Amino acid sequence: MALDLTHIRSLFPILDQEVNGKPLVYFDNAATTQKPQSVIDALSQYYQTDNSNIHRGAHTLADRATRTYEKTREMVREFIGAKEQEEIIFTKGTTEGINLVAATFGRKYIQAGDEIIISTMEHHSNIVPWQMLCEEKGAHLKIIPVSDAGEIDLEDFKKLLSPTTKLVSVVHVSNALGTINPVKSIIDLAHAQGAKVLLDGAQSTSHLEVDVQALDCDFMAFSAHKIYGPTGMGVLYGKREILESMPPYQGGGEMIKEVTFEKTTYNEIPFKFEAGTPNIGDVIAFQKALEFVKEIGKANIKAHEDDLLAYAVEKLSHIKGFVPIGTAKEKVSVVSFLIKDMHPFDVGMMLDASGIAVRTGHHCTQPLMNRFGIEGTVRASFAVYNTKEEIDRLAESVHKIAKIKNK
Amino acid sequence: MTSINQVQEEIKDEFEILGSDRESTIYYIMELGNGLPPFPEEARTDDHIIKGCQSKVWLEAKEEEGKIVFLADSNTDITKGLISLLIRILSGRTPDEILQAELYFIEQIGMGNIIGSQRSNGLASMIKQMKLYALAFQSKLNA
Ligand SMILES: Cc1ncc(COP(=O)(O)O)c(C=O)c1O
Repeated sequence: MALDLTHIRSLFPILDQEVNGKPLVYFDNAATTQKPQSVIDALSQYYQTDNSNIHRGAHTLADRATRTYEKTREMVREFIGAKEQEEIIFTKGTTEGINLVAATFGRKYIQAGDEIIISTMEHHSNIVPWQMLCEEKGAHLKIIPVSDAGEIDLEDFKKLLSPTTKLVSVVHVSNALGTINPVKSIIDLAHAQGAKVLLDGAQSTSHLEVDVQALDCDFMAFSAHKIYGPTGMGVLYGKREILESMPPYQGGGEMIKEVTFEKTTYNEIPFKFEAGTPNIGDVIAFQKALEFVKEIGKANIKAHEDDLLAYAVEKLSHIKGFVPIGTAKEKVSVVSFLIKDMHPFDVGMMLDASGIAVRTGHHCTQPLMNRFGIEGTVRASFAVYNTKEEIDRLAESVHKIAKIKNK
Repeated sequence: MTSINQVQEEIKDEFEILGSDRESTIYYIMELGNGLPPFPEEARTDDHIIKGCQSKVWLEAKEEEGKIVFLADSNTDITKGLISLLIRILSGRTPDEILQAELYFIEQIGMGNIIGSQRSNGLASMIKQMKLYALAFQSKLNA
């Protein structure tokens, strides 16, 4: 089904503007997507009519806010195919989700000599918490290599796996390259050795149909702001029995059952992991983003984005001096590239001057950039509202820029 | 030799001709970078680096008959263009002139809007470093 892009674009007010005298082309969707009017309205509506602190209130507004807030949990459960609502923990984002697992699961289950496996293509937020934990516990971090195309070879992964592996934490889809990793196989192999698996779903949840039960991952962290939702809100999914066995994350209100100075008992999941007043407004507004995705359908979104990716690769690869970084067979709509003899920062600024927003730099994946022997790339990442005409403009500008050094 | 402010006025005129089109202004800045004299490889050392976020700048200063000659390079062309402007204004001046220079052209051209905040910070660091060199040479001359 071809999408009605005129209609879809009309739902995103921000897209209708000029930047540097040219119509904005927004190709920085892997950093954060734009928000439909419905999300923006829901956020302001909440503050206009429902704002109230949730869960403990005995009045009507508090009750209404609580019910609306908890509705997001059910919608997220459905969105990722979790078994139960209680397995959905609200966080600030992917980063907090991963840190939560490191601080709780890690505190309890990782011991000196244990091993944690990550890959070379991880975002810093899926590297640093494990380095910190390993340092504290005397555990070891093992790194799955990536190929020149930007892929993980399962044979390399198998070599690292052993009974001392306690956790495998890998990115489902690489933000820097767009590679879709063979996570189902990774999870099955890890489970066979008794290790748990955390998926960094920051980039997969917006592009792919994700079913945590079918995947059988133990944890998955993602951010609402990359799925057309608000910033400052994210989700950590965890299997019930593991979440229940984990110690709490932060201490405070909401996460307790009873507090005395002698002994405090903790609340049930998910509240055990949600200390303090949460980001109520953004959690509620996220519903509209989930509805937006559901209405169009992930399969239709994926088909459109695949089409854009193929079109972009075809157009750009004809340009002299264009060097793609990351050419995996399975990719989402991300094109990372360099222009020969030019710095990505310069390319990004020139594209910006033509009204095209891309990201340049290491994309919070410095070890991956080191693997490719580069400082960074230019990254264009496409979302459901992008068009082939916009890619034509990108190709035209890249061509013009590349000509400076590639005559 | 034209004064520091005369050179600034020349630069302002050149940018005025380019008008308000940011794209052509940036291409122009890049072109300026190509005109920078080659940087001596032996000076490409860590103590000559001014580190910005994404671009690196190497800056070296030499004293010639009481005047300071600057040599610089960068790994990005736009930054090279920006340094070339600073060199055009400040190189070959006495430490006093450099220390007293007020680089109003940056504000008046609206450079902040052209190059963005990251690079504006980088530009400010370059000026600071040039003035620090001037200060060091001044104390040496007065010693
Ligand atoms: C793969 C990946 N992991 C983690 C993150 C961190 O997400 P957040 O900054 O929303 O916590 C990002 C965001 O850039 C990402 O792309």
